This record gives sequence, structure tokens and C-alpha cells, in this order.
Amino acid sequence: MLSVCHYFHVHQPRRIKRYRVFDIGRDHGYFNDATETDLNNRRVLAKVAGKSYLPTNQTLQDLLQRHPEFTFSFSFSGVLLDQLEENFPEVLDSFKRLIATGRVEILADTHYHSLAFFYSLPEFERQIELHERTIRRLFGVVPKVLRNTELSYRNDLATWAEAHGYIGIMAEGWDHALASRSPNFLYRPPGCKKIKVLLKNYRLSDDVAFRFSERSWKGWPLTAPKFAEWVNAHHGDGQTVNLFMDYETFGEHQWEDSGIFHFLSALPGELLKHPDTVFKTPSQTAAAYEPVGEIDVPYILTWADTERDLSAWVGNDIQRSAIAALYALEEEVLHTDDAKLIEDWRYLQTSDHFYYMCTKWFADGDVHKYFNPYQSPYDAYIAFMNVLSDVKLRLQKERTRQTRRSPRMSGNRRERAVISN
Amino acid sequence: MFGWEFPPYNSGGLGVACSGLARALAKENVDILFVLPKHINIAEPSVRFLFAGIEQVAFKGVRTGLTPYRTAAEYSRWRSGEGDIYGENLFSEVLRYAALVRKLIEGEDFDIIHAHDWLSFPAGIEAKRISRKPLIVHVHATGFDQGGGEHADSRVYAIEKEGMEEADAVVAVSEYTRRMIIERYHIEEKKVHVVHNGVDVDFHTAEGGSYQNGVGPLPLKIPGYKIVLYVGRLTLQKGPDYFLRAAKRVLDENPKTFFIIAGSGDMERQMIRLAAEIGIAENVFFSGFVRGADLERLYRAADLFVLPSVSEPFGITPLESLLADTPVLISKQSGVSEVITHALKVDFWDTEEMANKIISVLRYPPLKKQLSRSGKEEAQKLTWGKAAEKCVMLYHRILAELRITN
Repeated sequence: MLSVCHYFHVHQPRRIKRYRVFDIGRDHGYFNDATETDLNNRRVLAKVAGKSYLPTNQTLQDLLQRHPEFTFSFSFSGVLLDQLEENFPEVLDSFKRLIATGRVEILADTHYHSLAFFYSLPEFERQIELHERTIRRLFGVVPKVLRNTELSYRNDLATWAEAHGYIGIMAEGWDHALASRSPNFLYRPPGCKKIKVLLKNYRLSDDVAFRFSERSWKGWPLTAPKFAEWVNAHHGDGQTVNLFMDYETFGEHQWEDSGIFHFLSALPGELLKHPDTVFKTPSQTAAAYEPVGEIDVPYILTWADTERDLSAWVGNDIQRSAIAALYALEEEVLHTDDAKLIEDWRYLQTSDHFYYMCTKWFADGDVHKYFNPYQSPYDAYIAFMNVLSDVKLRLQKERTRQTRRSPRMSGNRRERAVISN
Repeated sequence: MFGWEFPPYNSGGLGVACSGLARALAKENVDILFVLPKHINIAEPSVRFLFAGIEQVAFKGVRTGLTPYRTAAEYSRWRSGEGDIYGENLFSEVLRYAALVRKLIEGEDFDIIHAHDWLSFPAGIEAKRISRKPLIVHVHATGFDQGGGEHADSRVYAIEKEGMEEADAVVAVSEYTRRMIIERYHIEEKKVHVVHNGVDVDFHTAEGGSYQNGVGPLPLKIPGYKIVLYVGRLTLQKGPDYFLRAAKRVLDENPKTFFIIAGSGDMERQMIRLAAEIGIAENVFFSGFVRGADLERLYRAADLFVLPSVSEPFGITPLESLLADTPVLISKQSGVSEVITHALKVDFWDTEEMANKIISVLRYPPLKKQLSRSGKEEAQKLTWGKAAEKCVMLYHRILAELRITN
């Protein structure tokens, strides 16, 4: 038996508008760009929903109906769900219909699509919990398998996940970590007893996500029978082929005219032509197989670039200084009782903000540039830092207000605030 | 090669570019004969010079010398109806230069003629007519740049257009300029080639010593105060007025900032008046034209260099600034913005955004650090050697095409 495990990552950030020095102290709406540019979050989401989410949801809904054996999973960022609830309830409903079939699993994630695990464990835990609450409220299910932002992974994250009851955790099936072993098996993190690591088969995943419409690629044109053949070739030397990709692959990164929807629509049928191929969700996969060995990842592993590390997010000075400045405010922000301020601070943690400041390959103008709504990484940094200056001003005001209200209680403020959180 | 000026006797980037390219070509084993209109003493052993000797004839009594650009004094005369924006007698000198070509090139052996900017185009055309050798005209700036982007002096335009049409190939210093040549001079696309300028890693020593061996740091370098620098002629094309408007906005937020304006030109008095009018005169310093070690000292003292040009064919000064470890903010309407990615960029007219970016560099030290470090690495790769290689390839191509047609 060989199972195929799909998860689709659904995320759109709240991009920071062009926020100038002169806006500091005057404008607290950081994410409400209303221009005709890609900084207008509502506009981008409307476009992505129309080109990708809605038609792909429809395709998947049909597939669930056509193939009783078909199943898959989603990883939603809370940032996306917030935006759908606010502005696109009909799109959210279409996702809800898929989950309501009972055959679509949802993965655990950080609500704000943040890198909090590597900067503040308490904040990471709060965001995991917040995400879980959101998923339960919107879809009535509880995630059992963890996928951290940008597929970032490290031994201690697995240890944390096991201690918090997760049965599986996702990671990139990167060759260096595997040391020439196959990503198509389950592995055990060092020191863990129960939790299993599901590794992304990045070659097959990226054939669809990145190369599907690349005419210079030798695999082009990629058809469902051809791809099913590649997957089924792993019978006998694997337990599961994990195909992890961005949901926007369908219709947004790979346009409709590339034939991507036909591909998706035909794929399950083609895979099922092999009598021993089955579909499993991540938790089913984790329950079905035993790990074949240990995978030791003492350093941060992600999906990105040839480095597969965090360098696309915190690889240069401006990125590192921006994220450090943000997390330095944690204690003070959480001690205010200003829910809006806390929420804004958390939206600033979304990893995309730091990705936009990436200068790696900047001169070559590749994928980083394609996904950057700012004209330059420096523009992204300036907007971010100006917003952070405004957050600091709001904190200052809050401090003055609190001192004025109850000067004698200021010593107890910390205690009260921790409880209220 | 026909030029007009050469360091240290230059009033702007044209001379710097000619010298950088000529020296790099010499390193590529190209035997260069560099023709200039006026006799000057140049210590450049790799290039042989010829001088048309115009100064003894037409420039008797003209103190300002042979310059394509006007000074404030000339500008005020022009305003009162005497002379024009290109300086008195300039057009007659340009034609006189051409008229002297036959005598100059007599007995000289060369394969190709390479003329820099409209000032030397008539001389280049004349040389082609006499020798029947191919002509390349090299466009460092067009009349539209000098006219602030939208207008060009009709006499300059006519000379430029004739040069481009007569030439076997046109070299533009940027894609920005190439587009201008194609769209405004209606020159065939395939005839126009981009050769980006380079920068001398030791640009300061090329013009007379490094400041580190001489004078100390700038007196304006006061703890707690930041310095923003402008280097360039004070003329419409360079956008000094936009720089001052942005400075005003910066000072509203960051009063502890000094602005240094290094350069002279027809707008000098107007700029001094403007600084006073908008109430920032105390923070703006006009240093006049600066070169060599003094210029390097300014670059090094500054926290940010700004190129606010309205229309800049290339712009070497930001590269010099980066080599001196100072980050740059450059106009999007410039050729240099095509070759430097680690720079802040802004539309020259958007003074609000210009101020936003200036303040950001002054406020966020990691931004300054990364822009200067990564920008310097980028600038160091932009050598004149690369520009020379492209020119040599073009020479070979043109000579090969010529052999086929003959």
C-alpha cells in the first residue's frame, strides 16, 4: 500500500500600506491600503479568491463526490480566516462546505502566521491556542497535526508538539536532514516517543507548485497520468507521498489556462487506477504507519530556497533588526488592556512582512521579487519600522493613561495583565 | 576619441566619464588618440592627447573658460537678455572645433571615431567625412536632460540629431537615455547600444589625493546631528529645488539635520533665496564646486547622499558616495537606478516620499548600515573595465559590418 497525503496551505497576509514617517502618531490603520496596488489586501484577496479559492474549492467538492476514497487537508492561517470573515463570508462558506463533508482535515498553525516559536515560546503558545479556537468556532473540528509557519521545524518544536498532544508534525523532506534516506516514510524526532514527522516530498510537490507551466522543464506538459505514474513508482519503497503546496498554486501561481484545474480534477482518478494507492489525511497517515527511523534536526529547517532555512525572513540586518524590535515590545504590549493594540502587534508578526525585506537574490529579480508587493525590500522595511514607531507611541500613551488612572497600582500591573491574558 | 573636457579640468560628469573610459580602453589594449578643444595639462600616460588650441583664438578675455554649463553670474546675464543657457560663444566654439579637425587628424592613423556628447559631434562628423572611418557617438546627456526632461534647446537638438543620424552606432549611458534617443530623436532601435558608466574605485586619488592623508573631518560633523548631502550642478536638470523642499519636510520632523549642497550653477542664487524663504537657511550649507579630497571628505561625513535629478542620463556621484561608505537615495528618473538595487529610490517630484526616506535612514541605523554595505559591494562591481569591454565589442562589430559591406 502507498498513500498519498495532500495538504494545501491557505494564507494571505495583511500587508502594511505605504506608511510614512509623517503618519506616525496620526494614523493607526496600518493594513487598510485602498489603492489599486497589491498592498490593498481586500483587492488582492478578492482576486485570489476569484481566480483560485472558489474554483479550486468547487473542483475539490466535485472530487469528494466522485471519489469516496479521496481525502485531503488544509492548513489555514488565522490571518486569512480573519479577512475572509470580515470581507468574504461567501468564500469562507465554500471552505466550510468542504470541511462539513468530514473528509477534510485541518492542521494546527499559528494564528498570525508568525515565527513566534523562535522568538517567544509563550507568544507561540498563545497563537496556537488562538488558532485552535478559531478553527473550532468556524469549522467545529480540532487539529491533531501541527504545521508551523513556513514549514519551519526543529527538534524542540517536535518535542513541544508531542508534549501538547499532537500525533504528527510537518517538515520539509530536505536531503541534508534525511542523509540520503527517503522522505516517503514516517520518522521519529530524537527523544520523542509518540509523535511522527511527515516529510514533504518536495520534488513531486514542486513539480506541480513551481514547474507545472514551465515550458523549458523536461516534464512539461505535466498531465495527470504522467504525474500519477511518478507517484505510483514509489510503491514498494515508501509508505506515503506527502504533497504539500500553497493553495494558490491552483489558478493563481499556475493560471487556469495552464490546465492546472484539469490536472487537479483528473489526478485522484489517475492515482486510484493503481489498486494499492489510497488517500490519507495527515492524522490518518500518522495513525497508519510506524516510523522507520529517527530524524535529527537541531537547526531550523523550512521550505524556502536552496538553503531551506530562515534566511529568506531573517537573513539580513534590516530583517533581524525589525523582528527583534517587534518582539522586544511583547511584554509591554501584552500588559496593556488595549485589544486593538495587541492585535496590531500580532498582525505585524506575520512572516510575510520580513520576507518582503529579503535582499537575497534581490538583484537577480526572481521569486522573491515576484511575491513582493513593495518596489524594494527597503520600502518594506521603512513602512514596517514607521508602523512600529507608531505602536511605540501608542504604548507610551497607554502607559501615561494607566499611571494617571491608578498611580499606586502600577507595581501590580504586570500581575493583573498576565491574568487577563 | 573626441571629447570636450577632461579631469582635472572638468565641470561635471562628462569629463570624469571620458577619462574613466579612455583609461580602461587603454588597458584593453586600445590605442587611443584623445582630441580636446583646448590645451590642458593632463597626467595620463596611457592616452595620447591632441588639442585643437581654441583658447588662443576665441577665448581671449573670457575668464570662465570653455564650459558647457552656466554659472550663476552668466545666468543672471542671460536673465537680463544677454546670452543663453548654454553660455556665451559655446555654439561658435563647437563649430570651430569641427572646423579645426582636418588639420588635427592629418597624418594620424585610426580605425574608428568615438565622439562624446553633442559638443564634439560636429568634430566627429567632420572626422568621418574626411577619413571615411566609422563614427560612434556616445550620448552622456541629451538636450532634454539639460532642459529638465521635457524641452531641449533647438540648436542643441539639431546637432545631437545630426550626430546620431550620421553615426554608425550610438552609445547611450543607460536604458533611460536609450529610450530617449529612440523616442525623441527617432533613431533606429538596433543602432542604439547601452554602455553603463563605471566608477573608479579610487575616484578621489584620480583627482588629487585622499583626504585621509590631508585635512581632518568636517567641522559640521557634530554628535547628535545628521548630514544629508547633495553633489551636482545647481541647475534645473539636477532638481536642487526638490532637494530643498524635501529638506524642509525633514527638518519639520528632525531639526538636528544639516544639508550640504556641493556644486554651483545657474540656480545657485535662486536656491540660496529658496532656503531662506522656506525658513531652513540655518541648516543648509552651500559649499560651491568641490572636487578630489574635499569631495571625498563630504561623502564620508554624510549620513545619506541624495540625487534628486529631474532627468539624469546616468549619475556617477551616487557610486562615488557608495564607495565612500555612504548610502544613497536616487531619483527614479536616472540611469544609475538601473544598475544599483541597494539604494532608496524615489520620483524626483515626490518630495514627501523623499523626506520620508531621508528621515528613515537617519532614524533607523540598520537601514543605513545595510544600504551602505550592500550598495558598496554593488558599486565596486561597476568598473570602467566592463564599460570598456562593451565598447571594444561594439568596435569589432562595426568594423566587421564595414568589411562585409565593402
